[in-house]
Amino acid sequence: MLYRETGVFHSSYAADQAIFKLPQDRYAIAFWLVVAAVVLPLTVSNYVLTDLLTPFLIMAIAALGLNVLTGYCGQLSLGTGAFMALGGYMTYKLVTALPSASALIGSLTGVELALPDPVILGIRPFDLWFLAILIGAGLITAVVGLVFGLPSLKIKGLYLAVTTLAAQFFLVWLFIKVPWFTNYSPAGIAPAPPRTLLGLQVTGAASPPVNRYLFVLALTCLAALAVKNVTRCKVGRSWMAIRDMDIAAEMIGISPTRAKLSAFAFSSFLIGLAGALWAFVKINSVQTDAYGILVSFQVLFMVIIGGLGTVLGSFLGAAFVILTPILLNIGLTALNPGLQALGLPAFEVAMIKHIEFMIFGALIIFFLIVEPHGLARLWQIAKQKLRTWPFPY
Amino acid sequence: MAPAEAAPLSERASRARQVGEVLLAVDNITLRFGGVAALTNISFDIRQGEIRAIIGPNGAGKSSMLNVINGFYHPQEGRITYQGKTRARMRPHEAAKRGIGRTFQNIALFKGMTTLDNIMTGRVLKMHAGFLAQVVYLGRAKQEELAHRAAVERIIDFLEIQAIRNQPVGKLPYGLQKRVELGRALATEPTLLLLDEPMAGMNLEEKEDMCRFILDANEEFGTTIALIEHDMGVVMDISDRVVVLDYGRKLADGSPDVVRGDPAVIDAYLGVSHD
Repeated sequence: MLYRETGVFHSSYAADQAIFKLPQDRYAIAFWLVVAAVVLPLTVSNYVLTDLLTPFLIMAIAALGLNVLTGYCGQLSLGTGAFMALGGYMTYKLVTALPSASALIGSLTGVELALPDPVILGIRPFDLWFLAILIGAGLITAVVGLVFGLPSLKIKGLYLAVTTLAAQFFLVWLFIKVPWFTNYSPAGIAPAPPRTLLGLQVTGAASPPVNRYLFVLALTCLAALAVKNVTRCKVGRSWMAIRDMDIAAEMIGISPTRAKLSAFAFSSFLIGLAGALWAFVKINSVQTDAYGILVSFQVLFMVIIGGLGTVLGSFLGAAFVILTPILLNIGLTALNPGLQALGLPAFEVAMIKHIEFMIFGALIIFFLIVEPHGLARLWQIAKQKLRTWPFPY
Repeated sequence: MAPAEAAPLSERASRARQVGEVLLAVDNITLRFGGVAALTNISFDIRQGEIRAIIGPNGAGKSSMLNVINGFYHPQEGRITYQGKTRARMRPHEAAKRGIGRTFQNIALFKGMTTLDNIMTGRVLKMHAGFLAQVVYLGRAKQEELAHRAAVERIIDFLEIQAIRNQPVGKLPYGLQKRVELGRALATEPTLLLLDEPMAGMNLEEKEDMCRFILDANEEFGTTIALIEHDMGVVMDISDRVVVLDYGRKLADGSPDVVRGDPAVIDAYLGVSHD
């Protein structure tokens, strides 16, 4: 009885359709948001912000994106890495070609104008330009994702996954082969230029980890909210209908073409955004090495381990896949002084890596055997247990 | 219970039901799969507001007939006239737009979704909010969700499935799944509702419930119903007219009493003595 619906009565459909129906849930999410936005930045080290939390949040956006496509709409994709790359490269091209809003107007009209820089409610709207760039790059990724989603109209399941591999190999090959994408940078690696948002530097090598972390955190929250909203509305139900029984879906009036392609587009938008953040906020450069097929698999594992078709699962999966190896590494390294005190040989660096792989692999198998529906389902079961505690029936 | 609902069946029958114009006419339909003729020269019509039964032994082509009507199969020959318009090829989602609803012989629910979401999905054609409105869940998207939720709750009340509203349908017992599927079809507010063996595999009590829902839907919503059913008691009791198929051909067509006495139908169901 620690957690229960009893006594919570909704008197309107609006209250019953809220994302967090129970007061406990609302308090919990408010608590976690305060922890994430205030407590963590003030307390943890730059290492934790840069190497643990920021990549976790960025990959959570990618997992949300793939979850839209695979979890909600049932279309398997192995092209995630490529769409992340596309997001990264498109952001780079847009950011370098259009450094500011006045540059965009200048290139459209041919007249260089010095735009006024108004301040509205303490915000300079033109200082949100980088956000507009990210959205633009996301939209380009969405269109390309839609094109690569066209085979889904005829092909299902594993066969579709193989056609999305085409996207993976073709796009990465394109970015290596065509130097235009990196502005003819000699090594094929494009350094991320510094950009500010609301007066805070969020990209570039010199930007403070806290800025980057808060920027990514805000975008992750927005992405999660967007996915949650869409999936509780008409479009989301159309996706799930196509996933669960496409013939019946078509017979109640859902157009499979529109449902599948909108899932590909929205999914690619989020994945492109994640790819852009990975390049600009995490690794400070745009390069194909960061977007290989392994990334595609990694995001797919996040979605499967976390839980297909749940927003929470995308976060749990991303946390598991990104954080577990790092934490294992830290834990095993921390054992060394103890081993030496006992007169045993310490773990070598390579050995730690091997043990890390073995434990990580075993954990994946363990979780998939315990709960094939993912970590999000484990949380649901835990909630059910809390609901009936201490008298389970 | 309200007095009107408790009225005896005979009174109710005389109250509202009016069989009107021809709603759908199929003309000389022939459907072949390679060399196999699933349907040969089938013609019949369905009138506005009636309950039309399609019966016949296994493999007679009954489900194929429904699939032809809602555009899932395309017949090689023949014409289909629906609401006065003779149509060319039509995709199932276009049929849905024109008011043809459908349930399936083997339940085709969205198993990962709750009862509520399944029936809400039936409202898809009536919702018009743009994608961005749904992303932010404001304005039209939210208004539509709430308005259609109210409509869906009326169907949930009508089918008496309030208690399973938030359960995933995959875990429901068979009889309830059939009922949810009927709910999803009713949520589309169909003009013509095609029911493929709505009572297959049910016990007597569940069948009686289902009959009541079908009759009520027909009466209260004025839905025209075409149903395939094997239970002859049910067919003879609730349908206005019956068409009998066997081996893809039409054997008989008429009121239940006429069909019941037709020698060809008796032969098809009971076999012919060859002495």
